Amino acid sequence: MRGLLAIYRREMGGYFVSPIAYVVVGIFLLLAGYFFYNILSILVERSFMAQMQAQRFGQPPEMDVPSMVFRNFFGIVSTIILFLIPMLTMSLYAEERKRGTLELLMTSPITELQIVMGKFLAALCLFVVMLLPTLGYHILMGLYSEPAPPWRVMCSGYLGVFLLGAALISLGSFISSLTESQIIAAVMTFALFLLLWVLDAGVRGATTASGEVLQYLSILRHFDDFAQGVIDTSSLVFYVSLSGLGIFLTLRTLDAMRWRTA
Amino acid sequence: MIEVEHLSKTFGKAQAVDDISFSVVRGEILGFLGPNGAGKTTTMRMLTGYLPATNGTAKVAGYDVFEQSMEVRKRIGYMPESPPLYPEMSVHTYLEFVGRIKGLTSSELSNRVKESMQLVNIADKRDELIKRLSRGYKQRVGLAQAIVHNPDVVILDEPTVGLDPKQIIEVRKLIKGLAGGHTIVLSTHILPEVSMTCDRVVILNKGRIAAIDTPENLTLQLEGGERVRVEIKGEAAAVRSALEKVEGVHRIDIRPLESSERLVVNIESTTGRDLRSQIAACLVHSGFELYELQAVSLSLEEIFLQLTTEEQPERREPVAAGV
Repeated sequence: MRGLLAIYRREMGGYFVSPIAYVVVGIFLLLAGYFFYNILSILVERSFMAQMQAQRFGQPPEMDVPSMVFRNFFGIVSTIILFLIPMLTMSLYAEERKRGTLELLMTSPITELQIVMGKFLAALCLFVVMLLPTLGYHILMGLYSEPAPPWRVMCSGYLGVFLLGAALISLGSFISSLTESQIIAAVMTFALFLLLWVLDAGVRGATTASGEVLQYLSILRHFDDFAQGVIDTSSLVFYVSLSGLGIFLTLRTLDAMRWRTA
Repeated sequence: MIEVEHLSKTFGKAQAVDDISFSVVRGEILGFLGPNGAGKTTTMRMLTGYLPATNGTAKVAGYDVFEQSMEVRKRIGYMPESPPLYPEMSVHTYLEFVGRIKGLTSSELSNRVKESMQLVNIADKRDELIKRLSRGYKQRVGLAQAIVHNPDVVILDEPTVGLDPKQIIEVRKLIKGLAGGHTIVLSTHILPEVSMTCDRVVILNKGRIAAIDTPENLTLQLEGGERVRVEIKGEAAAVRSALEKVEGVHRIDIRPLESSERLVVNIESTTGRDLRSQIAACLVHSGFELYELQAVSLSLEEIFLQLTTEEQPERREPVAAGV
């Protein structure tokens, strides 16, 4: 446990002494804030229009603006993190391999699981730190919303983003463990995320077996439920097992480095 | 402290380490000497448990490096060829980190870090970022890292490579200073280094042990008796034929001495015989003018070359293993 904590602390320290954490968090907040503002203003405008039309034609206005804001906002956030998470994970192992410090870690009395979990938790923690300020947006909106926004939808949305982030981080760190170059790690990770994102593009709505498999594997499809306030067990299982897979593969890579034959 | 038996390592088809056995007692400094690709780094990596051996066993402090890797890792400090440093950390946060992953408790930590910094003389660089340090200081931080948890065994891979002569001397002194309390295994391809720092030398060549002994004994043993250097005036051919009559002469090498008519003759005799008086008598009797006669002992350098370039009965194709 102490070893895991030491790895975690070093990794966190590493994020904040290098510009990477500030850049990633900064870009994320800038984009998230920009999109939140746009989503909100467009939806508010639309709801005014709807109200005016309702007055003219005598139909009751039916628009739940906060729910729509949540849904759109989480949709945007999930897409932004596909681009940003590769930057958080690219250095995790690639840099250690390049510097030879992985040899230090692997000849120290800590298990590979401690190394992998320490790094995974550090990246996940930074990810949470990155998300936290966006809570303020919703609280601000809640102050002026009548009736109060459906907070449960917000919570399930954040849970979804967290699970998605964990899955992406574990896959990203696996790819980082494969190479000594951060650039290659980042590019490959990004390529993988894009692939997982558009996996179901060609088979949307298809009912064939392969079509359903591809749809199931598409990484953002599971996210829609969360953004709408539905916590679907199958989606939950999907993200958790994807995280587990990434961690397992990373462990195997570290182990394989000892047994390599070249 | 360290017992290695029939250790081998194969990378694909390449035999990096081939059936080596040796042991190191507590407090000893053992040097691995060999050309590049001799298997020094591979052997060390197997001792640290980083690489599993293909065959054979290695034990550190009674624990098998593979079966009881965690116990071994607690007792080993290891500095790879390039010190494993995090450039963006300061010296003492780095050493604290290493101390933690080596299993030091928080109460021991600050003391051990302070002590290891003092041992390698970097206490004044405590808060410096590692990336701002010079090569020599980085090397010392690497050393401090290897001893921060006060391990029984310290393994140093080429600890003086890339340093300037002054730094090399300092690092050697540091290593000498560590001996006694720690058992040290170091590798080098610089010959004077082993004779200066090590109690015992293992000469590795192509993954096999070519020799293992103290630097003094190696010199003695391989001297093969004596080598005599003679300065003389006379005909080269005549000198040679005269010397060939002396019993026990093994090899004669005659060269003219620059800017004079004299000749320099190097005479090697077969094992353990001192032929100085016979040679002198023979030369004087044959009427040559003898100017100088002295016994020369082979330097470790020559022994090393002899051992590693000597034709050996090849069992396998030669290997160039990554070090």
